[in-house]
Amino acid sequence: MAGLEIQLIAVIVSVACALPGTFLVLRKMSMMSDSITHTILLGIVLAFFITQDLSSPFLIVGAAAIGVVTVWLTETITKTGLVSEDSAIGIVFPLLFSIAIILITRYAGSVHLDTDSVLLGELAFAPFDRMIVFGKDIGARAIYTSGFLLLLNVGGILLCYKELKVATFDPMLAAVLGFSPALLHYGLMTMISLTAVGAFEAVGSVLVVAFMIGPPATAYLLTDDLKKMLFLSAVFGAASGILGYQLASILDVSIAGCMAVITGLLFFITSLLAPHRGILAVWMRKRRQRKEFTEVTLLLHICNHGDTPEVQEENGVNSLTNHLHLEPRKLRRSLHSLIEKGEVKRCGSLYVATDIGMRRAEETERTLLNTQ
Amino acid sequence: MEHFFMLLQDYTFQTVALGSALLGIISGVLGSFAVLKKQSLLGDGVSHAALPGVVMAFLLTGSKNTEVLLLGALLTGLAATFLILSIVRNTRLKFDSALALVMSVFFGLGMVLLTYSQKVPNANQAGLKRFIYGQASTLLERDVLLMAGCGVVLLGLVIVFWKEFKLFSFDPEFAETIGFQTKWLNALLSTLIVIAIIIGLQTVGVVLMSAMLITPAVAARQWSNRLWVMVLLASIFGAVSGVAGTFFSSVYTNLPTGPVIVVCITIIAVISLLFAPERGIMLQIHRRHKNQVRFGVERRKI
Repeated sequence: MAGLEIQLIAVIVSVACALPGTFLVLRKMSMMSDSITHTILLGIVLAFFITQDLSSPFLIVGAAAIGVVTVWLTETITKTGLVSEDSAIGIVFPLLFSIAIILITRYAGSVHLDTDSVLLGELAFAPFDRMIVFGKDIGARAIYTSGFLLLLNVGGILLCYKELKVATFDPMLAAVLGFSPALLHYGLMTMISLTAVGAFEAVGSVLVVAFMIGPPATAYLLTDDLKKMLFLSAVFGAASGILGYQLASILDVSIAGCMAVITGLLFFITSLLAPHRGILAVWMRKRRQRKEFTEVTLLLHICNHGDTPEVQEENGVNSLTNHLHLEPRKLRRSLHSLIEKGEVKRCGSLYVATDIGMRRAEETERTLLNTQ
Repeated sequence: MEHFFMLLQDYTFQTVALGSALLGIISGVLGSFAVLKKQSLLGDGVSHAALPGVVMAFLLTGSKNTEVLLLGALLTGLAATFLILSIVRNTRLKFDSALALVMSVFFGLGMVLLTYSQKVPNANQAGLKRFIYGQASTLLERDVLLMAGCGVVLLGLVIVFWKEFKLFSFDPEFAETIGFQTKWLNALLSTLIVIAIIIGLQTVGVVLMSAMLITPAVAARQWSNRLWVMVLLASIFGAVSGVAGTFFSSVYTNLPTGPVIVVCITIIAVISLLFAPERGIMLQIHRRHKNQVRFGVERRKI
C-alpha cells in the first residue's frame, strides 16, 4: 500500500516538474531551476521566522516569493552588462543559500528545519504524513499537495499555452502582439518556484532539477512540436517515477536518487537511439552519405576518363588506386558495390562504366550543376 | 582586542584560516579563467558530480582518507565534464540543459550510493556528507598541506601555460589558427578547474563552491582589463574573504564558515560592481547624470 502511494506521489511530482521544465529547456534557462531550488530554502526560513510554524502555508508563499526574487536579482545583475548571465546565476544563488544556512544554524537550531531535508529529501517517508479530514485518513498528504501542484501547472499551461508558446520561441513577436513577455516570464518563474517548493520535500532540491530538466531534455531529442514535447516529457517523467521506485526497492536505496538515475538513463538511451537526431541515426546517415559520395566520385572518375587517351592509366585495374586519394580497402569496397549494382564492369584490364552507370553519372552532374 | 590576538595564535584557527585562504587563492585564479571562458557554472556541475565519486571511493577502498575520497571525486568530476561537453557536441541540447541534467543525475547517483553505503556492514560512512555541505572547521593540518601541494602544482601549471591559456580564453579560434592544440589546452584548463573545485569541496561544500569560483573573478574583472591584474586581484579577494570568513565564524558562535566566506566574497563583489573605476555602476550613473546636465545646458544655449 505504501509502495503504491509512493509511486503515485513520484509520478505526480515528476510530471508536475516536467511540464514547466519544458519551457525552461526551450528558453535556455535550465540552470535557473538549479538556482531557484536552492534559494527557496531562504524563503522557507524567513517565512518560518515570521510565522513560527513549520506547517504554515506561508512557507510556500515565502519560498515562491524568494524564487521570483532570485530570478529578478539575477536578471538585474545581468542587465548591468558587467556580468554574464551564468556568472550572475553563480553569484546570486550561493549567496542566498549561504544566508539561509547562516540563519538556520544561528537561530533555528532546535527546530526540525535542516539543510539535509531540503537538499536531499526522502520520498520513502512521504506516506507517514497522512491527510486526515474529519478524522478520516484519506491518503498521504503529499499526494494532495503534489496533486494540487500538478493541477496548477496543467491549468496554467493550458490557460496560457498560446502566449507561452509565442513568448518562448519569439519574445519580440509576443511583445508586438501585446502580450507582456515580462509578465509571462515571471508567471512561469512563479510556477517553477511553487513546483520546486512542492517537490523538494519529497525528492530534495537537487533532484528537482533532474525532474525538471531530464524528461524535457529527453523529449526535446524526439520532437519539434511543443505539444508533443510536453506530452513526451510527462510520459518520461512518469516512467522515471515508476521505474525509479522499482529499482530503489530492488536495491533498497534512495528512491529519489534512483528516479534521477533512471531519468539520466532514459536520456542516454534516447540520445543514442532517437530517430533522425539520435547519435546512432546520425552516425549511420553520415556513413551512408560517405559511402554514396565515394561511389559517385569513383563513378564520375571512370566516366570522365572513359574516352580519353589516358584511359589505360586512369582506369586501369592496377593503376586506378594512384589517381584517387582513397584507402585501397575503401576503393575496393566501393568498386565492388558499383559492379554489383551493374554500374561499372571490368573489361580486360580496364574498368568501364555501363549504360546504367553513365546515366547515373550524368544525373549526378546535372544536379551538381543545378545546385551551383 | 586581547581576545583577537589570542584567536590569531589559536592553532585550529590558523589551520582553518590558512586552508580557506589557500582555497580562495586557488579558486580565484582558476575561477578567472572559468568566468572568461563563459563556463562559470561548470563549477556547480562538477561539484555536484563529485558526490558519487566520493562515495564510490569510500565503498571501494573503505578508507576515509581525504586524498582517496578526493581522487574519486576528481574522476567523476572529470567524467561529468566530459559527458556535458559531449552532449553539447553530439545532441541538439544546449550547454545549460546538458549541465543541469548531468549534474542532477550524478548527484542522484551519489544519493543512491550514499544510501547503499549506509547498509554495508562495518562501514562507518559518517563524515562523507561533509563533502556535500563542507565543514571548514574539520580541516586538519594534512588537509591544508594537501591543498598547499595541489595549489603549488596548479598555480605552477597556470604560470607555465599562461600565454596559451590567455589566448585560448579570449580567442579560441585564433589560438587554433596559429597552431595551438586547443583540444588539449581546453582539456588541461578544464582539468585544472575541476581539481580546484574538488579541493574546495570539504571546506565550503557542493553548493557554495560555485561562488568561490565565480564571485572573486567577477569582482576582480570590474577593476581591470588586464588578465594578470584580474587573476591577482581574484586570488587576493578569495584569500581575504577566506580569512575573514574564518575569523567571523570563530568569533561568533554558531556561524558556519563556508557560508560566511561566501557572504564576505559577495560583499566584495557588490562593492566592486558599484564602485569600480570606469565600469562601476555608480560611475555609470554619475556619467549619465553629467551628460544629462550638459545636454540641458547645450539645449538652453540653442
